[in-house]
Amino acid sequence: MSLLHLAIVAPLIFAILVPFFYKGFRRIHTGWFILPLPILLFVYFFSFISTTKSKEVVMKTLDWIPSLGINFTAKVDGLGLLFALLITGIGALVILYSIYYLSKDKEKLHNFYVYLLLFMGAMLGVVLSDNLIVMYAFWELTSFSSFLLIGYWYHREKSRYGAQKSMLITVFGGLSMLGGIILLYLMTGSFSITEIITQADVIVTSPLFIPALICVLLGAFTKSAQFPFHIWLPDAMEAPTPVSAYLHSATMVKAGIYLVARLTPVFAVDGLWLWLVASFGIFTLFWGSFSAVKQTDLKGILAFSTVSQLGLIMSLLGVGAASLHYDGLDDNIYVVATTAAIFHLINHATFKGSLFMVVGIIDHETGTRDIRKLGGLLNFMPITFTLAMIGAFSMAGLPPFNGFLSKEMFFTGMLRVLEMDFFSFDSFAILFPILAWVASVFTFIYSMILVFKTFTGKYQPEKLEKKPHEAPLGMLISPIILASLVIIIFFFPNSLLSDNLISPALASILPSLVTEETGFMVHIYQWHGFNPELFMTLGVIAVGILLYLTLPKWRRVYDLFPEKLTLNRFYDGAVERAQTGSFKFTKSFMNGSIRSYLVYIFTFFIVILATSLFYKNALKVDTSELATIGIYEVLLALLIVIAAVSILFAKTRLSQIILLGAVGYTVSLFYVLFRAPDLALTQLVIETVSVALFLVCFYHLPKLRKEENRVRFKLTNAVVSVGVGIVVTLIALSAHSNKFFSSISQYYIENTYEKAAGKNMVNVILVDFRGFDTLFEIAVLAIAALGIFGMIKLRLARREEE
Amino acid sequence: MRSRNNVILETTIRLVLFIIILFSVYIFFAGHYYPGGGFIGGLMTAGAIVLLLIAYDIKTVSIILPFNYRIMTGLGLLFAIGTSAGAIFFDVPFLTHAFGHIDLPILGDISLHTATIFDLGVYLVVVGVTMTIIQTIGEDE
Repeated sequence: MSLLHLAIVAPLIFAILVPFFYKGFRRIHTGWFILPLPILLFVYFFSFISTTKSKEVVMKTLDWIPSLGINFTAKVDGLGLLFALLITGIGALVILYSIYYLSKDKEKLHNFYVYLLLFMGAMLGVVLSDNLIVMYAFWELTSFSSFLLIGYWYHREKSRYGAQKSMLITVFGGLSMLGGIILLYLMTGSFSITEIITQADVIVTSPLFIPALICVLLGAFTKSAQFPFHIWLPDAMEAPTPVSAYLHSATMVKAGIYLVARLTPVFAVDGLWLWLVASFGIFTLFWGSFSAVKQTDLKGILAFSTVSQLGLIMSLLGVGAASLHYDGLDDNIYVVATTAAIFHLINHATFKGSLFMVVGIIDHETGTRDIRKLGGLLNFMPITFTLAMIGAFSMAGLPPFNGFLSKEMFFTGMLRVLEMDFFSFDSFAILFPILAWVASVFTFIYSMILVFKTFTGKYQPEKLEKKPHEAPLGMLISPIILASLVIIIFFFPNSLLSDNLISPALASILPSLVTEETGFMVHIYQWHGFNPELFMTLGVIAVGILLYLTLPKWRRVYDLFPEKLTLNRFYDGAVERAQTGSFKFTKSFMNGSIRSYLVYIFTFFIVILATSLFYKNALKVDTSELATIGIYEVLLALLIVIAAVSILFAKTRLSQIILLGAVGYTVSLFYVLFRAPDLALTQLVIETVSVALFLVCFYHLPKLRKEENRVRFKLTNAVVSVGVGIVVTLIALSAHSNKFFSSISQYYIENTYEKAAGKNMVNVILVDFRGFDTLFEIAVLAIAALGIFGMIKLRLARREEE
Repeated sequence: MRSRNNVILETTIRLVLFIIILFSVYIFFAGHYYPGGGFIGGLMTAGAIVLLLIAYDIKTVSIILPFNYRIMTGLGLLFAIGTSAGAIFFDVPFLTHAFGHIDLPILGDISLHTATIFDLGVYLVVVGVTMTIIQTIGEDE
């Protein structure tokens, strides 16, 4: 286990300690104990920058399941490092912020920080694993920790609803991604991303390629809240604001982006990938920004805005994938799209993170997030207002904020779609810049709503729960750091980001374009003359201001869309129908009677075994190697038959138990006869204990009723029981007669003393050779005992309550 | 609700109980070389306690043997998993057992196995599970 592996799982290990911090130091906010970890990790990952800058990749492998090709391979390259820095950097700021946001007296902080660390470790695992199965495991862990964090205030109905929704949608996507991963494995024979990328040219012709592509994209789209799966993200806003800032804006929702970027070299060979990623992205961008304008909850606006910005990055990645269809970097006009995607990813994390924190401050200090109740807060919270303005103006794409730079590059990328002459892009290409521009207008409008509806206008103290005042300094530190970054990045994009983060990340997304001597030369300009991009931005500002001022007049547009057709309706209906449907289905055969369950089980048993016995032509009776049957065996067999048949006719339960015991004891005599002392002993003791158990149980049962004493003949039961007997006998005979491979017993005879230093083969098998079986068996036994204990004690407790 | 009419049973059990329990302990330790092992040993111990239950009642038995059988089950699982997982720290796969011999002054050559600790876990789980089930069902009036 290398230091790198340790760094990835450090949050998971640290999470174990959190409850002790919480219990042991109640007076100190638990967050202070957590804060050093992400800072340390950030510094650690920061030290990798010089490595990735020189186009080197760090790979460390830890064997996990080598026989299946599943190993915990940690890989640090440009893309992974960028995400790792985001995760730990934003993570540190969010934890600092949460210390002031969550009260140490009222909240269950140990839960919160355990979930948060769980998420941090899982997310680091996603972005730094080279093995797809390991990545998938971490991927699902992020879904689970997100579920737990959204449902953190689980006493609220809406939190539970949001948590369930996000879980259902992202895990659905995750499972389909697993399918895609398996398809990739079938095509390439490897789970390693590095390995799969080298085979990208070969697999494109495979018939499994398109299904794999779609499955993987489903995973990415659900996680990154792309249309039509975006509906979980607004409901996820029920989580505490630090969580929304961290998971649902800066990191987790970008896992889908990460996946698309990571697998671009594999799938971009095919035009479908470009089409799907670019068009879903651009439509999500439009739909998200359009829907954001009608929201009245500040976090609702930010949620849809996140959806829309994720769509923006997604569409850029789609367009950027076209650059892989060029041989080199010269004249490669689509690299700018991928560059813009990476750049905007960083910018989005800074401005959206600070905006979420600002909204958290407003919520915390006024008690509401509803823009209809807010207004005129400028005088009460000047610092918060400044922060909100920086974040929102950057989001709207105004200078001098970093959003302006990436927005311009985004327009460049979209305009270049017009020049795309392959994959029949030319007929629809014009839609891309148009949708991009319209979406930017809406982005501008909601950014303005965010700032001006909250901070200017009429102050309405009667609608607020508390008297607003500026937030404590601790709560302001994190958004101030982020907001300063927004400005600093605008002025020094090249010296800060270009070589250090962006071009190494580009090298991971577009590896075939990098040669030994040339790397990506990323230059970001604040001013590039009077070009179409600049006029588009000016148009956005002009039209945006106009539409913002006339908002009340055209607001009714949103009522045109029928309520019945919304995706949320569809989701709710589907969940409800799934519940009632499965309930009905289960009820149709689970009638509560153990007898009918036994009939089901045994009927299935007969059908499946008899069918495979005949279908596989396995039925064979070979009597050549049988031992002679002695008088003892005959007598014992007769005894068993007589005892078993008598059970049916026994009048009382006691005699039934005794007869059943007789059957068991006779079987153990068989073991003695066949010289298996271990089995005989076990069988004897088991019979004794189970007879005792039966006696204890039957004490509670009602007496057998008179009319039931007469055994009525039931055809189904008779057929089933005779059938089971016949099938088992046939299997036993066939198992004896068919010998396809030599028996394993010789292995045990040779190795029991050699390898396990024991002489009793049965016991050595139990504790050593097949120790796993035993381990799980005793675990099952323990679970069964606890189940019985719980069932009976709970029932008693309930009865006492009544 | 102890009935006093089974003097013979009670007296016999007082004698027999120790023999059974000692035998079960013997069987447990003999397991690696001769018929026996944790599973049978555990069942036999449980059987002995059940015998005690038949002669006396549950309350008396819980005074004689004041064990919490659920904790015993958990302890057993801990032994079994601990032994299995311990192997990882010696850089060998999960559940690899180790063994060795030492010479003790009086007892002579004694072989030591980590498998015995694993088996002890099995023993404890079996006793714990059987007794938990019988006790809960028996106490439920």
